[in-house]
Amino acid sequence: MDIVLLSRLQFAFTVSFHYIFPPLTIGLGIIIAYLETKYYFTKKPIFAKACQFWVKIFVLNFAIGVASGIVMEFQFGTNWASYSRFVGDVFGSALAAEGIFAFFLESGFLAVVAFGRQMVHAGFYLFSVYMVAMGSIFSAIWIVVANSWQQTPAGHHVVNIMREGTLPDGSTGMIPWVVDGVLQRRAEIVNFVEMVFNHSTVYRLSHVLLGCLAVGAFHVLSISAYYMLKGKHPEFARHSFNGALIMAFVASLGLGINGHFQAQNVYEYQPVKMAAYEGHFETGRGDLHLIGWPNGEEERVDYAIGIPGGLSFLLFDDITFSKPVVGLDRFKKEDQPPLVISFFSWRAMVGLGSLMILLTGLGLFYNWRGNLKEKRWLLWCFVFAIGFVMVANHSGWISAEVGRQPWTVNPPVTWDETGEDLVVGADGKVEYNEAEGLRTENSISAAVTPAEALTSLILFVILYIALTAVWIFVLDRKIRTGPVPLGPDEVHDDAYGMRQATIDKQHARLSSDDDEKGGAV
Amino acid sequence: MSPEILCIIWFIILNVLLIGYAILDGFDLGVGIVHPFAAKTDTERRLVMNSIGPLWDGNEVWLVTFGGALFAMFPNAYASIFSAFYLPFVLLLFALIFRAVSLEFRSKRTSGAWRSFWDFLFFLGSTLSALLFGVAVGALMQGLNISELGDYQGTLLDMVTPFSLLVGLFTVALLAMHGSIYLYLKTEGELQERLHGWMWGTFYVYLAFFVVVTLYSTILVDASLKHFTDYPILWLVPMLNVLAIANIPRAISQHRPFYAFISSSCTIAALVFLFSAALYPNLLPATNNPDYAITIFNAASSPLTQKIGLIIVAIGMPLVLSYTILIYWTFRGKVELGEDSY
Ligand code: HDD
Ligand code: HEM
Ligand code: HEM
Repeated sequence: MDIVLLSRLQFAFTVSFHYIFPPLTIGLGIIIAYLETKYYFTKKPIFAKACQFWVKIFVLNFAIGVASGIVMEFQFGTNWASYSRFVGDVFGSALAAEGIFAFFLESGFLAVVAFGRQMVHAGFYLFSVYMVAMGSIFSAIWIVVANSWQQTPAGHHVVNIMREGTLPDGSTGMIPWVVDGVLQRRAEIVNFVEMVFNHSTVYRLSHVLLGCLAVGAFHVLSISAYYMLKGKHPEFARHSFNGALIMAFVASLGLGINGHFQAQNVYEYQPVKMAAYEGHFETGRGDLHLIGWPNGEEERVDYAIGIPGGLSFLLFDDITFSKPVVGLDRFKKEDQPPLVISFFSWRAMVGLGSLMILLTGLGLFYNWRGNLKEKRWLLWCFVFAIGFVMVANHSGWISAEVGRQPWTVNPPVTWDETGEDLVVGADGKVEYNEAEGLRTENSISAAVTPAEALTSLILFVILYIALTAVWIFVLDRKIRTGPVPLGPDEVHDDAYGMRQATIDKQHARLSSDDDEKGGAV
Repeated sequence: MSPEILCIIWFIILNVLLIGYAILDGFDLGVGIVHPFAAKTDTERRLVMNSIGPLWDGNEVWLVTFGGALFAMFPNAYASIFSAFYLPFVLLLFALIFRAVSLEFRSKRTSGAWRSFWDFLFFLGSTLSALLFGVAVGALMQGLNISELGDYQGTLLDMVTPFSLLVGLFTVALLAMHGSIYLYLKTEGELQERLHGWMWGTFYVYLAFFVVVTLYSTILVDASLKHFTDYPILWLVPMLNVLAIANIPRAISQHRPFYAFISSSCTIAALVFLFSAALYPNLLPATNNPDYAITIFNAASSPLTQKIGLIIVAIGMPLVLSYTILIYWTFRGKVELGEDSY
């Protein structure tokens, strides 16, 4: 099989797996910080109990998130060596910053949060909880900056790589590096701030973080709705549910609003991506297809039902529903992204996002009326909604990344002076400046053979499926066991010699049930 | 600052990160290597795992940061080395995943088969990681056959030479010793007594490998001593290394495990230093044509990026060190099993 395809499949598969976990931990981290703050100020044991329960789940997700994250970092080098050579100067610093600023913070303080409740003062514990939440948010920032840069590059220039060689006059000096007749080029930073705040960073980051909040909130909603339905842990379930419901509603609404502006930004900087999202073939009035199948051969959307002019309205806030939108006809075939995947993943995200707003809105309404408990069907919806929220999250990435094809580093387009159409070449198509970007097919590692790539892909699929199975199995047990009641001596109280007391207790336990198997089940 | 100085500074910083990683994650991996042998009962095994429970993840971040820094500062080296070691690194990733998840999953059920399975994966993950790190170091010292662009041209079998395998086993022995000393520090009672034997055992194995690897590399690997004639001061490092190694048995017999731990950390630091001194100024030597070698100068990022990196390090490293110390201080003393333990 083709090495480019294999590497793409492997990257897509492994990053999709990795991305199951960060949203859970980012979202849960914020929820835990909220609960622990409540506990610190009210000293109600229910909050400590809830916090402890969510920390256990957090730690479980975190471990797999970390393990699969290292895979991602290595893969830039193992599978995308040419890409790494081209972008390393710009992209690498974001990755290094992530390690130094985010991962150390998160993993260090998570140790205190997970293992040190009885060892440290309540104030320090609260501080650690905040640091973990912050660390997980930071982890998202730098990688999203790096990704945004490759979507809408800025703050850099592409230059010839200089190597020592013989100058025309016979002396040695720095000359452009040519290998097999190919001039070697790479991107270098010119302005760090512009690189970080490139055209899509702010939109993308806020959207991604809102997505993480939504996942975290729906995760809590799912588990607490389940307890409410089964009549288990009523007090814990009620507290968790109410907080998470508000958070889920705010996040869902925020995603819709933020996404709307993001879409306008995508149109400005990556118009071909927007045309693929919407199956918009011909430059002109943009229709919004609610249902349909994009037919690339015939250049039309089959079975389409939609709002004529809807896309014009969304992209330009144009109430006449008629402003022209640049379509796929402005681009050469080889510069267009895969149509069907872009079209459907984008629809899946937006559609599910709208359902999320509806669902949480209904939940809030019945909660306000006080009869949510009787609406068992709605609670069941909440139990399963988390799965769909995760799907929406992944669909978002898939549309963003597949829509960026065939580039790994997307070269810019230029708008003409009216700002309504693109500057095109003689054949009416956009002429990308190849030197400004990097095509996916030129990004791979020359040293890797298809057989090696296939082997690793198969191994990753097997390993990750097995890991997912064990993860779900363990998670399921944790959820069924539920939060365990706190013993009186575990409630924080700084007046006692807490550390000593727990040590005594542990020693006593160690000698009494030496052979009985324990562990934080 | 001239571009050359920047490259050298970054080479040193990368070394510091690598040494930090080797010492810190080294004892985690070592603990994993001796885990199934030194600890017999379930409680003992839990004690062993919990001795690194709060720490292993932070230790692994040293590797993540090292990788990120190599990517940012020497992108060509990062690309060429990582793609050359394709399958070994995929295996390494698997090993690191095994280690991470077995720590997390083992305690979640009480069945004996379940726990033995994760014990085995924990051992396998730790041992394989150590072995593969060593093999990569050995192969790098010998150099690879690369194209003008830096892409590896050989096969997997070409890089698995007797020397690289030997360095791999040497690394396993070194980390097993380092881990045993660490465990001895963290445990008490019967388990600790058993670990006393393990410290001695692993020390002798390590010593034997040390002698063989030293002889092999000085005689057969040209790179290892090439700078020593120009910079005699470098001889200080192997001498200090020998002193550190000699201090390990002394400290063990005097019942000062902490000194033994410091000494084994020093050995690790010295070995990493010798490795990079042997490479310098190369990051990836080319066996087919010395001109193709990837060096810290021709693989470097632009001076601006390297300066930005220095600012990031200047802000970040003090923070990192302060919370690393804070966390190690919080979890000082002997391991205990509590509500939250694995
Ligand atoms: C900072 C970089 C970065 C980040 C944060 C992500 N990706 Fe990505 N993605 C890439 C960098 C990248 C890449 C290295 O640039 C790839 C490899 C091949 C390609 O064209 O782009 C890519 C490809 C790629 C593809 C294959 C597209 C195609 O070949 O048509 C998919 C489906 C995804 N990614 C999905 C995701 C998901 C679900 C992510 C959520 C975490 C994600 N990506 C985050
Ligand atoms: C290709 C892209 C990515 C790479 C190379 C990458 C790299 C990594 C690495 C190396 C780790 C482990 C850190 C450790 O050892 O503690 C990690 C964990 C993490 N990553 Fe990623 N990551 C990627 C995508 C993302 C995205 C898109 C997000 C969020 C929006 C994210 C958020 C996190 C978080 C929160 C963690 C901590 C572990 C967890 O909570 O599950 N990552 N990542
Ligand atoms: C409700 C309406 C929504 C709209 C209008 C919307 C809009 C957008 C747009 C325009 C992009 C593409 C950015 C690009 O191509 O570069 C995007 C990407 C994304 N969306 Fe949404 N979104 C919505 C809902 C959601 C929901 C509910 C989630 C997850 C829970 C989500 C998660 C994502 C993610 C993770 C990405 C990829 C990262 C990015 O490029 O920002 N979105 N979204």
